Amino acid sequence: MKPTLAVWKFASCDGCQLTLLNCEDELLQIADCVQIANFTEASSAVIDGPYDLSLVEGSITTPGDAERIRKVRDASRVLLTIGACATSGGIQALRNFSADLAPVVYASPEYIDTLRTSTAIADHVTVDFELRGCPIDRKQLLEVIGAFLTGRKPNVRGHSVCVECKRAGLTCVMVAHGTPCLGPVTQAGCGALCPAVGRGCYGCFGPMESPNTPALSRKWLELGVADHGLVRAFRTFTAAAEPFRKEADTHDAR
Amino acid sequence: MTHGSRVKVPGLSRVEGEGGLEIITKNGEVTEARLDIYEPPRFFEAMLRGRQYTEPPDITARICGICPIAYQMSACAAIEDACGVTVSDQVKKLRRLIYCGEWIESHALHIYLLHAPDFLGYESGIHLARDHPDLVKRGLRLKKTGNQLMTVVGGRSVHPVNIKVGGFYRAPARGALRELVAELEWARQAAEDTVRWVSTFDFPDYGHEYEFVALRHPSDYPITEGRIVSSSGLDIAPESYDEHFTEFQVPHSTALHSVLDGDKTYLTGPMARYSLNHDRMPPDIAAVAREAGLANTCHSPFLSIVVRAIELLYACDEALKLIVGYEPPDPSAAQVEPKDATGYGCTEAPRGLLYHRYRIRADGTIEDAKIVPPTSQNQRAIEADLRDFAATRLHLSDHQLTHECEQAVRSYDPCISCATHFLDLRVRRQ
Repeated sequence: MKPTLAVWKFASCDGCQLTLLNCEDELLQIADCVQIANFTEASSAVIDGPYDLSLVEGSITTPGDAERIRKVRDASRVLLTIGACATSGGIQALRNFSADLAPVVYASPEYIDTLRTSTAIADHVTVDFELRGCPIDRKQLLEVIGAFLTGRKPNVRGHSVCVECKRAGLTCVMVAHGTPCLGPVTQAGCGALCPAVGRGCYGCFGPMESPNTPALSRKWLELGVADHGLVRAFRTFTAAAEPFRKEADTHDAR
Repeated sequence: MTHGSRVKVPGLSRVEGEGGLEIITKNGEVTEARLDIYEPPRFFEAMLRGRQYTEPPDITARICGICPIAYQMSACAAIEDACGVTVSDQVKKLRRLIYCGEWIESHALHIYLLHAPDFLGYESGIHLARDHPDLVKRGLRLKKTGNQLMTVVGGRSVHPVNIKVGGFYRAPARGALRELVAELEWARQAAEDTVRWVSTFDFPDYGHEYEFVALRHPSDYPITEGRIVSSSGLDIAPESYDEHFTEFQVPHSTALHSVLDGDKTYLTGPMARYSLNHDRMPPDIAAVAREAGLANTCHSPFLSIVVRAIELLYACDEALKLIVGYEPPDPSAAQVEPKDATGYGCTEAPRGLLYHRYRIRADGTIEDAKIVPPTSQNQRAIEADLRDFAATRLHLSDHQLTHECEQAVRSYDPCISCATHFLDLRVRRQ
């Protein structure tokens, strides 16, 4: 029996599950190795669980979704979260840092049922592995699916974008051009795409393991970035990830 | 079907995002057809308030992983409009080139993986591939060609990093674009074959008189700019959008509905674009459309797959022409200084008209943002079609009726992720 694969969507842009469909050269091979049992964006065929491997995209923003993720967890042998929304709450976690807008914002708020916060899947259920990125990287996705299907540890490292940037032979945009860059505190995986086009990293893979955010902030301040600029930089695509949340709060308070 | 019944599809498949549909009948007549959208709202317009005028291209890209370029381009157009900046012709052409990549990627995905399986009786493109591997491989290779084009110009295909207000962080080298020519030439031929293939499908006998809305450009098939025109003679600049289009909330959708001039239901997207701009197609592509039996106006949502295939062909053809004539923009981006002003931007996303409006302060802070995506605009047209379509098919079993209605909805290529989160409205309720 082929292992079963399920793909689930919570609050998100669809970009991370699209990354699976963007594996154009591998998609039909993947479909040979696993039974795609639930992937509503791609298929009308739905097979009941339990599922051997569940990929979860998106964050928890409604009471209904907070319930649904528990059912998904119960029905999944291995559960992997994919992308910034699922692993940190995503861009929609910016709501966590503002006053309740609902009474101001909605014409008819009674039709809408949302939570005050957007939170990562791991805040609600046990997650077996988190794959970062906004969006996730295609090659890392293939690596992680392959690893779980063969029962080995995924080869996804927690080091910074700087390591990838150096390996790619790129000139440091911060040292050479004084361009503020989040690379030193951001987890690798993208291939240092932003420095490759001459811009600073904007942190879409979220914080690396043990990032030294205060040191980077000092460097940014030296480069002329104001505290509110630092708040915005740390509070964008992975605003609720703990090290970035803390660093933004520090500068917000100043 | 029995008297006074209700047919419900709780979860639509092969669409982007989370939605369902519901048809309510009484005494043999359809009393209500609803596209239920329960995708959780994400409040982008509220999140943009207080951010800097340089940030919307990266932030609004995250509304949709399938058409991020559309969001980036409409955002840039609106902010540059507010700041009184006109970008160079070279930047305009490079924007059109990466947008062609998005049309190729998105249309190939919809045609091959989401829509064609309906006509051929399969549950997905993956099921279709078991019997027709070469067809699906052609679709995947087309899709990959679009993604490669976006990657070379934008750095990556989902949420490209090279787009900024004013232009690009770095202009791609001529050589990097030339390397795409051979694959795009293959894609152009494959797209022509796609038109022929989809034109042989068996289309349900159904038609509707639509009020179409699309951009119109003096010389080109519309992608990145133009005036907003409609079938009944609307012809306005993007800055007049709010005077003619009104959004309002309905209980069964987390995406706002939209009407034209008070109460008119309208349709945007490939059918509208083609019907209002078929005379902008190059003669050789117009000939392919004629051979495929496509009239100048498309009245059936089911035929949209043929229109999408024609646009796929156009995007491959246009991308080749843009690469041959490519001059790297220098500088790669115009300087854009903030101004105390409001700006408007409209471009043609793969699924139709995408409107952005930003109110910016002199220090660059965004005071107010409004974003109206195509699927949200199309909800009323989809529901009107469902009502008409279901009314002629009430003799079918619930199972069959459900199946056919779901296909009808899929033919619009609704993007529910896009449509939702526009609940942020100090709106003007009805």
